[in-house]
Amino acid sequence: MALRMWASSTANALRISCASKTPAFALSRCFSSGTQLISFPLPIIIFCKLMVLDGLKYASSHEWVKHEGSVATVGITDHAQDHLGEVVFVELPETGASVKQGGGFGVVESVKATSDVNSPISGEVIEVNSKLTQTPGLVNSSPYEEGWLIKVKPSSPSDLESLMDPQAYTKFCEEENAAH
Amino acid sequence: MIQQQGKKVGLPLMNLVRLNRTPILKQLHLEEKLLRKSSTNWCIINDGTDTPAIVMGISGKPSELLEIGSVLRDQVPVIKRFTGGGTVVVDKGTVFVTLICNKDDVPGVQPYPRSIMSWSGLLYNQVFKGIADFQLRENDYVFGNRKFGGNAQSITKNRWIHHTSFLWDYAEGNMAFLKQPARAPEYRMERGHTEFICRMNEYLPRTDFIEKTTEAVETYFSVKNVNLEATEEPCGAEFVPSTRLLSKQELEEALGPQPEIIGVSV
Repeated sequence: MALRMWASSTANALRISCASKTPAFALSRCFSSGTQLISFPLPIIIFCKLMVLDGLKYASSHEWVKHEGSVATVGITDHAQDHLGEVVFVELPETGASVKQGGGFGVVESVKATSDVNSPISGEVIEVNSKLTQTPGLVNSSPYEEGWLIKVKPSSPSDLESLMDPQAYTKFCEEENAAH
Repeated sequence: MIQQQGKKVGLPLMNLVRLNRTPILKQLHLEEKLLRKSSTNWCIINDGTDTPAIVMGISGKPSELLEIGSVLRDQVPVIKRFTGGGTVVVDKGTVFVTLICNKDDVPGVQPYPRSIMSWSGLLYNQVFKGIADFQLRENDYVFGNRKFGGNAQSITKNRWIHHTSFLWDYAEGNMAFLKQPARAPEYRMERGHTEFICRMNEYLPRTDFIEKTTEAVETYFSVKNVNLEATEEPCGAEFVPSTRLLSKQELEEALGPQPEIIGVSV
């Protein structure tokens, strides 16, 4: 934990993308993904980790879903926010709108680009994160917590079966990064 | 009639559409449709737009970006486009170059903003090689520290668009419609519009620019010249774009209440 906090602050000082802030309870259950080892001439080693949380399911388009009873919360992953850059605008659907698995439901704007956000599951939007209107950067700083995008009443629980678990998503990200 | 394809073996196909003074709203509607509905790569070059217009990015707010009073007075159309990025004033002196690509047809470029932007910098590096001190600087195309091209992008699951408005020439008076943006690149150093931007026509002929751009695209794609009718074929059912013209009412509301002028009778 201490090494991670030191690495995080050092990485920030050197402006290297690093894991977003996550609550203490999640840290103990994190899987690190896409770990890069950067060696310097001096005896300093920086670990650059992107967070993949246990308990969530993941889409190949880099959204996550947390299913709790009759509500599923959706957001974009730490991998996605890191690659997108500083998010300056988020456009979300109205409550009551229908979302379809794999279909777009909104956009985020970063670095002069709009990027589609796709829903990992089908259902009805029951809540949107209104904080993102004033503070879109929550998507970067807290992609799995305060930066959630929408809450959905799932229409097809079997949608979750086609999504990746944390280990599979971790491997997916590593393969995607390696391909480029 | 045998159609000369000029295909380069092994390179993905890119349809090239050349337009001349097509209205920018029509161009943007076309682009948005091709991004969303087509599965082909497209390069669109529009040599100027018919009348001056202001084009804002998806998150643009007129009250923050425009001198609305002047815009309303001069009845300048204001468009909100589907891509990100900032605000530009375009007219017949603007050359538009757009690339719409399947992500898998540009290997080595991840479908994320910085990767696509970086690749575009390489492409235009070829265009301006030996001509001027060209750079991609904080997402702008510059000669030295003066901007001559503004970029914007939109990224879907499997495709992306990168489009640029190049300042071939511009009317200085038109820049007065734009406020100094709150969010500006560091290299701008608080310079006003006329000190910040430059005209491409000071560096190379217009036809050379378009020709060199086409040649640069040909290093990545097998380019096929097609006419505008070809853009209708792949898309089928009616598409409703999000790019739109802002209404006079919207602009007036953004301007807010104006102070009442009380006359003094004599």
